[in-house]
Amino acid sequence: MSNFNASRRRVLKTGAIAGAGVALPTIFTASSAAAFTNEPTGSSVTLGFNVPQTGPYADEGADELRAYELAVEHLNGGGDGGMMNTFSSKALQGNGILGKKVEYVTGDTQTKSDAARASAKSMIEKDGAVMITGGSSSGVAIAVQGLCQEAGVIFMAGLTHSNDTTGKDKKANGFRHFFNGYMSGAALAPVLKNLYGTDRVAYHLTADYTWGWTQEESIAAATEALGWQTVNKVRTPLAATDFSSYIAPVLNSGADVLVLNHYGGNMVNSLTNAVQFGLREKVVNGKNFEIVVPLYSRLMAKGAGENVKGIHGSTNWHWTLQDEGSMAFVKSFGTKYGFPPSQAAHTCYVQTLLYADAVERAGSFNPCAVAEALEGFEFDGMGNGPTLYRAEDHQCFKDVLVVRGKENPTSEFDLLEVVEVTPRAQVEYAPDHPMFAGGNLGSCNPGA
Amino acid sequence: MDAILLQILNGLDKGSAYALIALGLTLIFGTLGVVNFAHGALFMIGAFCAVTLQRILNLSFELVDETQKDFLGNPLKVKTPYVEAWFGPDIGGSIIDWAVPLAILFAIPIMIGVGYVMERGLIKHFYKRPHADQILVTFGLAIVLQEVVKYFYGANPIQTPAPDALNGVVNLGAAIGMDIVYPVWRVVYFFFAVLIIGGIFSFLQFTTFGMVVRAGMADRETVGLLGINIDRRFTIMFGIAAAVAGLAGVMYTPINSPNYHMGMDFLVLSFVVVVVGGMGSLPGAVLAGFLLGVLESFASMNEVKSLLPGIDQIIIYVVAIIILLTRPRGLMGRKGVMEE
Repeated sequence: MSNFNASRRRVLKTGAIAGAGVALPTIFTASSAAAFTNEPTGSSVTLGFNVPQTGPYADEGADELRAYELAVEHLNGGGDGGMMNTFSSKALQGNGILGKKVEYVTGDTQTKSDAARASAKSMIEKDGAVMITGGSSSGVAIAVQGLCQEAGVIFMAGLTHSNDTTGKDKKANGFRHFFNGYMSGAALAPVLKNLYGTDRVAYHLTADYTWGWTQEESIAAATEALGWQTVNKVRTPLAATDFSSYIAPVLNSGADVLVLNHYGGNMVNSLTNAVQFGLREKVVNGKNFEIVVPLYSRLMAKGAGENVKGIHGSTNWHWTLQDEGSMAFVKSFGTKYGFPPSQAAHTCYVQTLLYADAVERAGSFNPCAVAEALEGFEFDGMGNGPTLYRAEDHQCFKDVLVVRGKENPTSEFDLLEVVEVTPRAQVEYAPDHPMFAGGNLGSCNPGA
Repeated sequence: MDAILLQILNGLDKGSAYALIALGLTLIFGTLGVVNFAHGALFMIGAFCAVTLQRILNLSFELVDETQKDFLGNPLKVKTPYVEAWFGPDIGGSIIDWAVPLAILFAIPIMIGVGYVMERGLIKHFYKRPHADQILVTFGLAIVLQEVVKYFYGANPIQTPAPDALNGVVNLGAAIGMDIVYPVWRVVYFFFAVLIIGGIFSFLQFTTFGMVVRAGMADRETVGLLGINIDRRFTIMFGIAAAVAGLAGVMYTPINSPNYHMGMDFLVLSFVVVVVGGMGSLPGAVLAGFLLGVLESFASMNEVKSLLPGIDQIIIYVVAIIILLTRPRGLMGRKGVMEE
């Protein structure tokens, strides 16, 4: 029998080292045999679709998932090919990605940052996903983008509109196709000027989280540049359902425009409440009172029903666009599912094709090679006109749509009409613009 | 002054919903001694009764119109509701327009049935169990119910408008020379809540059934020893409490488009209302409902928020703490309730 002389200090030291070893996530200690995290070695490659399958954005998540399934079908040579036929890059052949059949796993973000990170981590660690994509919230996108950077996989963001995603929280492994708050302001301002003039007093109601703050800042800056005054910016709790007590002060504030920096259920409820209180019939400062919803979503507009009629906002894409790419996508999606795709579905479909195309052009799944292929990539045929994936911040620059709630819809999908296609040049900004300052893209992390 | 009056109205309106839900919660707690965390789900089911009736009334047949195209370029299928085909566009359209008020009749039997099945099928097995068990099982039930609703109706809010005739605004201050413009439907909601609350109190106060229930709430054993089947009456009261929550939900749908999560949004607030009012006290629940509704509205005023940023998010809990510190049994709580 051997003697083991364990001092208290030695036991603690050994325990701490062992504990740290066990606690360290395996994604950060992957085998050095692979060149990068989850390098595909077999005949297939796995993508991770991280969308809200439960929670308030579950319907939007379901539409994202439909788009991803359609993209996978097209990448593997099925269906009619959709936007692969209109995409300016011809690297994709319909034989998977680099000859490997595309498979996918799904995760449920629940529109909660911690749940989204957990599901992304699980897809990377357990399912070997080489790329993560999806989401319907900026909070989630920023959280998952950070995880993917640490894990060494590419993150192709879904619906995220906060300036911060490609601003102060940008990451070298993360790429955003969706537009942002600044672009909404830049696109909306000239339309608002034409419609309502330069002498207006605006009152903002803003969802109290990252997306709301950056959109409020962007819209206020854009409208103040027109000559509008901003009389008040009121933050509303994300969990608020009845906005009547926030709407009532608007009536006596002297404002003649209400800007609702709300999305999802918040937008549906605040807009409904504002219309209930008769704001749209009011005349203030000798002008008709107006409401603006800077970020529109067709799925959410449906919840607000008739209240959206005549109300202006912006959107990333709309199914009524008549360019070749949009028409091809609407045809594929509509034939498969029986209804037109949402803007969330569009951006997710496009992101999947863009990733696959970048891998083909790079000739490798290595995230750093993929990132290099995406950086500065100019393309067309994906529904928003000529588009650039800017190298400096990994933000896509393309045309932005200004839309209006349709007065006489012809179907349950026909809720918005495109008022103006704002050209890309009008929504561009410098990479060091103050609204996007404070972040550091860093360098690409291949993991392993 | 106009702004203050508007916030009082808003508070009374919010308080109406809180009071109706808290009234049902208190009825269940006072009669059966059960802490029912599924009560918010009953509010949500009531709202979806209105959605369901709206969908039933909008059931349509399709006719292909070759002159119009759908989004894929195929001939458009034009939908016509059966109700409009049977009664003509005017009467049929009016019936659809009044879906929400009509849903009151639709919801009452459904909600009583849901309450009866919930009580007999699940909750009665937890009467003798600790409150923690009751909370866990009813909270679990609430999650199940909301997931079921989400499965059938989706996660997005569903527009359920008030009838056109009740959709505008009314100047409540016209008689006194003030400009207090307020949505008609919110005024309707307030008076509806007052009517229901009055009805419940009258039922308990002036009917033999109500007298027995009140006696049972005070001393269940003694009433049982008199040969009265108090359990059956309490089951009926559970059904009535479910109907009250359901009706609150039905009438709330034009105020905010219903979604599967709306019950949870109200649940925690309603429990605070019950605790502040005093566990088991029906007048306390109603009083606290209106009080907290008004305070919540005032806390949302810009003047208040500029002095105390974020107060709108915590006011209800701050008031609850203050009241429970100064009056541990709540505003109108009775001695001995939840104190053993």
